[in-house]
Amino acid sequence: MSPVRHTLTVLVATLLLLPAVPQAAEQVNIYSARKEALIKPLLERFTEKTGIPVRLVTGKADALLTRLQREGRNSPADLLITTDAGRLWRAQQAGVLQRVQSAVLDAAVPAAYREPGGYWFGLSLRARPILYSTERVDPSQLAHYSDLADPKWRGKVCVRSSDNIYNQSLLAAMVAHQGEAKTQAWAEGLVANLARPPQGGDRDQIKAVAAGQCDLALVNSYYFGMMQVDQDEEQRAAAAKTALFWPDQDGNGVHVNISGAGLTAAAEHKAAAIQLLEFLVSDEAQAWYAEVNHEYPVKPGVEIPAQLAAWGAFKADELGLDQLGTHNPEAVRIADRAGWK
Amino acid sequence: MRGRLNPWALGAVVVGGMLALPALVVFGALLTPDAGVWAHLAETVLADYLLNTLWLALGVGLGTLIIGVASAWLVTLCRFPGRRWFEWALLLPLAMPAYIIAYTYTGLLDFAGPVQTLLRDLTGWGYGDYAFPEVRSLGGAALMLTLVLYPYVYLLARAAFLEQSVAVLEVSRSLGCGAWCGFWRVALPLARPSLVAGMSLALMETLADYGTVHYFGVPTFTTGIFRTWFGMGDELAAAQLAAMLLGLVLLLIALERASRRKARFHHNANSAARPLPGYQLRGARAVGAFLVCLLPLLFGFLVPAAQLGVWAWQTAPAMVDVAFWRLIGHSLGLAGGTALIALAVSLFLGYGHRLTPHWLVRSAVRLAAMGYAIPGTVIAIGILIPFAWFDNVVDGFLREHFDVSSGLLLSGTLVALVSGYLVRFLAVSLQTVEAGLGRIRPTMDDAARSLGLRPGQVLLQVHVPILRGSLLTAVLLVFVDIMKELPATLVLRPFDFNTLAVRAFELAADERLADSSTAALAIVAAGLLPVILLSRTITAGRGEGVSEEGRAVADTPRADEAPCDSCARCEAPVSYRPA
Repeated sequence: MSPVRHTLTVLVATLLLLPAVPQAAEQVNIYSARKEALIKPLLERFTEKTGIPVRLVTGKADALLTRLQREGRNSPADLLITTDAGRLWRAQQAGVLQRVQSAVLDAAVPAAYREPGGYWFGLSLRARPILYSTERVDPSQLAHYSDLADPKWRGKVCVRSSDNIYNQSLLAAMVAHQGEAKTQAWAEGLVANLARPPQGGDRDQIKAVAAGQCDLALVNSYYFGMMQVDQDEEQRAAAAKTALFWPDQDGNGVHVNISGAGLTAAAEHKAAAIQLLEFLVSDEAQAWYAEVNHEYPVKPGVEIPAQLAAWGAFKADELGLDQLGTHNPEAVRIADRAGWK
Repeated sequence: MRGRLNPWALGAVVVGGMLALPALVVFGALLTPDAGVWAHLAETVLADYLLNTLWLALGVGLGTLIIGVASAWLVTLCRFPGRRWFEWALLLPLAMPAYIIAYTYTGLLDFAGPVQTLLRDLTGWGYGDYAFPEVRSLGGAALMLTLVLYPYVYLLARAAFLEQSVAVLEVSRSLGCGAWCGFWRVALPLARPSLVAGMSLALMETLADYGTVHYFGVPTFTTGIFRTWFGMGDELAAAQLAAMLLGLVLLLIALERASRRKARFHHNANSAARPLPGYQLRGARAVGAFLVCLLPLLFGFLVPAAQLGVWAWQTAPAMVDVAFWRLIGHSLGLAGGTALIALAVSLFLGYGHRLTPHWLVRSAVRLAAMGYAIPGTVIAIGILIPFAWFDNVVDGFLREHFDVSSGLLLSGTLVALVSGYLVRFLAVSLQTVEAGLGRIRPTMDDAARSLGLRPGQVLLQVHVPILRGSLLTAVLLVFVDIMKELPATLVLRPFDFNTLAVRAFELAADERLADSSTAALAIVAAGLLPVILLSRTITAGRGEGVSEEGRAVADTPRADEAPCDSCARCEAPVSYRPA
């Protein structure tokens, strides 16, 4: 019985001790949909600079949002970090965020990438261009997202499931620009052009283009960036056979989304949390995003690494990001009707 | 006494009811109609969800049953080279999380993977020149889930074969029933409760799976739930989909119970302790048996583990740091502690039901076990809602009357997380305990009671010792399941508290498969020891198991059988009693 008893003792001790960790006077508690590996180093740097400890729970945005809502005014979270604007909009609608007034944030984040009232702020930009095979596609054949629905690319397009928020946001942006009917027609054209049923993640689409299964794909640019410098030689080889194309440059611009953050309504450590937000848009933190995760800095003027610069400059869509949130349900319905799995 | 409510039964109803709370929260959503989204779902994707889910369940059900029963029968009653080794090795895929095996095989088999690339390099073919089965498909998902879930059937089938009374097989032989006939007409029907228990575990796990079907792009109820909830922001319609999923599970369980009707499957514990006859296989038959056992092991464990090993070899130096060891500590502590709690609860509920087969107790026990078929995230929300409600009510009361705030007492603590695990995995432990209890004849209870034991004493002094093997199985199965658990952990865990599964998933979801391999391999490794232990216990439960030489192994009565000596010895050994 002794090992059993021992395990029980350890468990009980753990259960009793963990919630009783002393509450530091100054600290920041974060619910983050951004994965640990992509946020922790920055948080550690913040602690190093200011001495303010940061505690983190990572998870799926909607689940964290539900947790925040249910915990209500007693929620320990000070900041909510997500990887798309739609969820921040939803959090704002749910009443779990509060306004932040900070000259630093307003100066660093362009108006297009923050909520006008200060409910949330973009921290990095994620662009969703077209990826093409450099072996089989002449980029002069491409101009717009609408090309992906053109019958001349029948059986040549790869895309991941419309379960994914990146695709839903793209559809939502299209609804905002062109209305539901045109977007529906586009989605149907895209589905007709698919080389295979939607599957895998963005990297898988890049691999499929490299392997010749399709010629065009929709991917977030940082996945392409990560594959270019992957330790695995095969991944680098796949990325080398493809390139990014920035569509809609004569129109609305490339679809972009943000990773961003908002201060929770229940925030107990308001000052420290705002201090952390300001740190996350500092030149140092912004450069880190570009360097490590190959995303674009949200702050203008921050130098981007040569790898990103080599993909070329582009015009980004300046649609108000709250539109991605408002039109998301329609986007899902459009995908359902079009048979985009 | 039977059939009426007593304190023990009431306790079972209360505990079962509490554990059923998350499922009830989900069901509660059905009471609120929401026509808009439903009309849209019914018009577009609902048929797909339903059909894909049914096909998946059918595929996994048949697959796990065939592999599990065939391999269990072979290693238990036949003798061929490698049998002793297969006995425990066949359980290894249990340690492999389904989403990890899905990622691994996709990496190996998809168009850009090494297998097809090699094929193209060798033949000069290009895309469209040849047919290659698509791994990311409905069939692929069924295969992946079958490969990691068949051990449930194998485990329980093997335990059942081992516990079967040798006298029954001898009687059937003396009546002219050979090896095949003994299998089809005696052993298989007798093992049915265990097979059904194993298969329903596999099926419930299938219905709750999200990682695999999501990655493969197969629209099922689970992916539909998240799409409706996250994509359309409609929590209600999502909960209603989850309730439909639960309805499917209830239907399955009801069908099985109806088909079994009132048949009971008890054994005489003493005659079971004699060694089983071993069928010596030679030549082609031995090779055949070897292959039947090797294939599931090879594809369910060896190949993916080797791939993970190769990746880990490249990335482990960067991935193993102090934090990594802390992850291992968290995972082991949580899994071990919760598995023991789950065992205690299962014994309480299972025995409460045995004691009082009242409909209220039965429903409470059934509902408590429903969680296994509910996706982890939905359970987590089902925990979150009542816990946060409780916390805020207490806090509100204290603020109003004493002007102090208690903050959150339960939400965001390990208590919430452990409760989530209990709700999710109680079925595993409960099924095993109930299957074990079901094989103990009620006359044992009667005899023990007539000798003056109280119900609690019967459980602790008679049933627990007899069930040692089943109990350990229950603990280890839950342990391995919690090691792999991801979605509920993500939602419910406290600040700065990660597990191996969380680490593996975050990296894999970022499509950094190679980096995630170290954590994935650690999950698998942590599952190995329990799995091996598991197999040893089951065999040990039968003395020496199948005697290699075919000689009878000493049939010494064990101390733990002593309380029932007087009653059980005189029982007729025939065990199948249709009522």
